Amino acid sequence: MLKLPIYLDYSATTPVDPRVVEKMIPYLFEKFGNPASRSHSFGWEAEAAVEEARVEVAKLINADPKEIVWTSGATESNNLALKGAAQFYAGKGKHLITVKTEHKAVLDTCRELERQGFEVSYLDVLGNGLLDLEVLQAALRPDTILVSVMFVNNEIGVIQPIAEIGEICRSRGIVFHVDAAQATGKVAIDLAKLKVDLMSFSAHKTYGPKGIGALYVRRKPRVRLSAQMHGGGHERGFRSGTLPTHQIVGMGEAFRLARLEMGAESERIRMLRDRLREGLSDIEEVYVNGDLERRVPHNLNVSFAYVEGESLLMAIKELAVSSGSACTSASLEPSYVLRALGRNDELAHSSIRFTLGRFTTEEEVDYAIKLLHDKIGRLRELSPLWEMVQEGVDLSTVQWAAH
Amino acid sequence: MFAPVYLDHNATTPADAAVVDAMLPWLSLQFGNPSSRHEYGRAARRAIDHARRQVAAAVGAQPGEIVFTSGGSEANNLLIKGAAACFKPGILAVGASEHPCVIKPAEQIARRGWTLHRLAVDSEGRIDMDAFAAVMALKPKIVSVMLANNETGVLQEIELLAAMARRAGALFHSDAVQAVGKVAVDFRQLNAAGVQALTLSAHKFGGPKGAAALVMDKRVDLEALIAGGGHERGLRSGTENVAAIVGFGVACELAVQRCAEVAPRLLALRERLEERLLKLGAIVFGRAAERLPNTVFFAFPELDGETVVGQLDRAGYAIASGAACSSANPEPSHVLRAMGVGPDLARGALRVSFGSGNTPEQVNGFLDALQTTVARLRQLTAMAV
Amino acid sequence: MSYSVKVLDHYENPRNVGSFGKEEEGVATGMVGAPACGDVMKLQIKVGKGGVIEDAKFKTYGCGSAIASSSLVTEWVKGKTIDQALDIKNTQIAEELALPPVKIHCSILAEDAIKAAVADYKKKHGEPAAA
Repeated sequence: MLKLPIYLDYSATTPVDPRVVEKMIPYLFEKFGNPASRSHSFGWEAEAAVEEARVEVAKLINADPKEIVWTSGATESNNLALKGAAQFYAGKGKHLITVKTEHKAVLDTCRELERQGFEVSYLDVLGNGLLDLEVLQAALRPDTILVSVMFVNNEIGVIQPIAEIGEICRSRGIVFHVDAAQATGKVAIDLAKLKVDLMSFSAHKTYGPKGIGALYVRRKPRVRLSAQMHGGGHERGFRSGTLPTHQIVGMGEAFRLARLEMGAESERIRMLRDRLREGLSDIEEVYVNGDLERRVPHNLNVSFAYVEGESLLMAIKELAVSSGSACTSASLEPSYVLRALGRNDELAHSSIRFTLGRFTTEEEVDYAIKLLHDKIGRLRELSPLWEMVQEGVDLSTVQWAAH
Repeated sequence: MFAPVYLDHNATTPADAAVVDAMLPWLSLQFGNPSSRHEYGRAARRAIDHARRQVAAAVGAQPGEIVFTSGGSEANNLLIKGAAACFKPGILAVGASEHPCVIKPAEQIARRGWTLHRLAVDSEGRIDMDAFAAVMALKPKIVSVMLANNETGVLQEIELLAAMARRAGALFHSDAVQAVGKVAVDFRQLNAAGVQALTLSAHKFGGPKGAAALVMDKRVDLEALIAGGGHERGLRSGTENVAAIVGFGVACELAVQRCAEVAPRLLALRERLEERLLKLGAIVFGRAAERLPNTVFFAFPELDGETVVGQLDRAGYAIASGAACSSANPEPSHVLRAMGVGPDLARGALRVSFGSGNTPEQVNGFLDALQTTVARLRQLTAMAV
Repeated sequence: MSYSVKVLDHYENPRNVGSFGKEEEGVATGMVGAPACGDVMKLQIKVGKGGVIEDAKFKTYGCGSAIASSSLVTEWVKGKTIDQALDIKNTQIAEELALPPVKIHCSILAEDAIKAAVADYKKKHGEPAAA
């Protein structure tokens, strides 16, 4: 029996794996100590759990546990990385580089840094969503101090050439930050090889709890940061505030499971994603957004031309999916990520992101395929744009009465 | 099994069973991102809205006045730095016995052209009114004084201080993380007196770690500390910690319901403890001041606090030496130093903070263990001389 | 986004979907909005003797509120003279459908569609004789 609505929005957030919840609960009750309490066993027990989790997070990305700083989530990690590095290295230069398709947490932080007197270059991406290394090379300046590029895009799932960008940045002594919130458990991350200086992580995108994340801060060569949250001097002064033990334990367990299971899981999910893509391929004028090869297997972002995204979401309310990214879905703007790919407005407004995950089944995918066939047809019957296209009108030549 | 007795509730508290029960659905089937528009997301959004109303009701505020954060430290950082960003640099004044997460952000602001005044406290830990008035005469723009001190439990006359700050034209904030559940906190009443923002933290009163709030008069201008998706009216971006926020809401409701019943019990425990502590020759800090009913901060002259704490831990009693957050710091308590306590005595300070689950029997047991420890250590000290 | 019962009803069962033949007698078309803004409405009216709107049809590319707004106005304009139709205000549409503030633009667009259709009629047929 199918449970409706079917959850196909794993990039917005994932369920907490039941094995993770089980590990968390004791830390709300009998093991509730404050990890900063140094004078009794409650504190020591909590601290040991925090350090064990730190080891698990480090293992997934092949880093040293001492390089992991706990934060409240990837948004805070991104803020700490960008503001912390920019402010610390401001004496060396004031130019930063990022990409137009980054998450709001990076873009908005860059906007704030601009107000603080930094200069930011926002690079275009290719039509497939990937960053062109030559575009990056051309944007580098003698006063560039920081480059920030996400590992996996949250909307279209494309994987940026992080290894290559790392080489370019390291050779010029530029700090390289990577938002990896969408990457953990989906792509292998080896920080012994990748020349990345700062990397942001989130637990709740990888079957851990919300409210906890981490920032990787490289020790060799050492990267410095100005702290953004001041107080008791937790996390070696990088980030003050009582550590939420149960959430940290949850993130550790979630990342441990990701390390053990991602190989088999990715293959299963790829099969389901491909089944979904093939199932939709016989609907006319359906376009996949973003590169299909250099992409995590969990993501399918498609535009159903001439059907508006929000009404489509209403029509397929049996599917929990998103149009645009979850963080901006209160706004009526079409996805800025799709705009950056050069998608025209109709296609950007018509996109649906399907993201599959650990608990997605074949039955759910088949249900989605059938539902989409029915509803796309109905909405196109309602669409004046579809009618015009059927009549042979080239929409790009129409003078719209913009309002 | 050996279960130690926990007497360190100002550091953190166990979550109430009802709080965890309320949280669990949000860690399992109800896992949506509150920003998602599908039913999973909307359910999570409704849960946050409900928790916001619970938190607001518990402290007499409006739901629109609650900004959720990841913890008390973040809320204090947000208020101090966020408010400072909206002013031209001027004077900022914070209590000398504030928590480091107020003092350190204030020091950061001081590096950006602000002048920082540390508001002196008297020997009992109360803000010195004359000194306070003198600083207000300088027309500070931001003033922050905690409602209850985490180490001594000393309560400040917040309404009086806020009224003076308001007359000086200052924004007045109070860190109330130690107050909720132990004394009545009414934001409307405080707001009428001139308090424009309060900090609350769930894990100090039976809620989970990872959820806290800034309660703030909507007329206060604030710049966000964490930029991004524009959550919490743009004041705090980042996917909401739904489960912890839900737990926070329930913990608030319970704390306020139980406060009238719990506070006298805590006070009875405190009095029982203090009476015998004094007989044992301890000095109780802030004893003449109005204090939280659950907190006793004390020291035995000539005895090393760390040693006492270690012995008590082995005897099965968990207490604190100094404040938890700065326990890694070997410096004597800045709170006691501000009260004029000498460094040697301050280094020996011990804190007992009760919770609603503690019993008179536990206090007696603790006192017996303490008496034994103190006697043995005194003997050793005497032999060494 | 939560939709009102009336929006859901019009969205699930839109009234008067479709198009008239372009050459049909008395047909005028109003097309407003732009794909870039996420909504395009096409409202067609069929005007009979005395300038009375005898029938109306619509097609809309847009969100549920846009579809509901245009579906609603096809019901409202029927039986009205073209001048009476011009009296329909976006506030009435928004109120009837209980549109949230972020969706008020849908009702404005629906009002614009009526105006555009009437203007098209007047362009083709001139001002109707006074009834």
